[in-house]
Amino acid sequence: MIGAGRSSRPGGPAADEATLVAGLRAGDEAAFAALIDAHHSALVRMAMVYVPSRAVAEDVVQETWLAVLEGIDRFEGRSSLKTWIFRILMNRAMTRGKRERRSVPFSSLVDPAREPSEPAVDRARFQGPGEANPGHWSDPPRSLEGVPEERLLSGELLGEVSRAIEALPPAQREVITLRDVAGWGSAEVCNALGITETNQRVLLHRARSKVRRTLERYLDEPA
Amino acid sequence: MSLRDRLRRRRLSDRPACVDVVEIVTDYLEGALSPADRARFDTHLDGCQGCRAYLEQMRRTIDISGRLSEEEIPDEIRESLLVAFRSRRASG
Repeated sequence: MIGAGRSSRPGGPAADEATLVAGLRAGDEAAFAALIDAHHSALVRMAMVYVPSRAVAEDVVQETWLAVLEGIDRFEGRSSLKTWIFRILMNRAMTRGKRERRSVPFSSLVDPAREPSEPAVDRARFQGPGEANPGHWSDPPRSLEGVPEERLLSGELLGEVSRAIEALPPAQREVITLRDVAGWGSAEVCNALGITETNQRVLLHRARSKVRRTLERYLDEPA
Repeated sequence: MSLRDRLRRRRLSDRPACVDVVEIVTDYLEGALSPADRARFDTHLDGCQGCRAYLEQMRRTIDISGRLSEEEIPDEIRESLLVAFRSRRASG
């Protein structure tokens, strides 16, 4: 939940960002508070892609904020402030993660075209070649109409979705965390991760398809 | 777009089956389909309740993921960061 006055999202138009950066440099505490409120939890989720525990992730994010304070006078605005902060986070988290466990294939190292294809939906849910409508649903997903809104907004479902994202391969997890959790646009994500639009879309598709299965399973359980 | 990207692009047949439609949902939501493919996708949706439900579930999934970033910073962490900010201002 977001408390009163803590929900503003800085960023967006360049003029707003220039004001924000000037505020940070001038020691405007409200500007810094708005910045951490807007990005802290997404930064923690992003750090968790690279490090083995939430505690380490929290630690890396705190270090990142201190690095942002140290470096804000040198920020040149070549990327957005947000991208700059996430890059600092990713560099630190990757360094930390490498120290603590084996290396993992990040999106910048993955070519989805060379990976085995993963169907978005189990083929068994479509009609086979001998049936009336090959390739059409035999076991279609259910409409969300009639599902009570409180079930869709429940903390339990939120927890299931969170765990489903955490179980994804790192490359897919990087992309879905920035796109869907942090709400970035595709160009920003490609820029921050150094991947092409096509690869980004393939990784996002695989990630979302798996997380959707979690939603469907949850809805199929008795309430 | 490179040749490889173009080869990798998925294309829909004139009358796509559901098994193809679910693979192109992200391209649809991203606005990455050609106008012709988008029209085929829309035509399919008009006649297919299963794929409409699938798309609805996908949109809902994206929504729920977005709610994960609404968690608040623990108060003690927020306070310690603000203290760090104040001390930087005092020393700067």
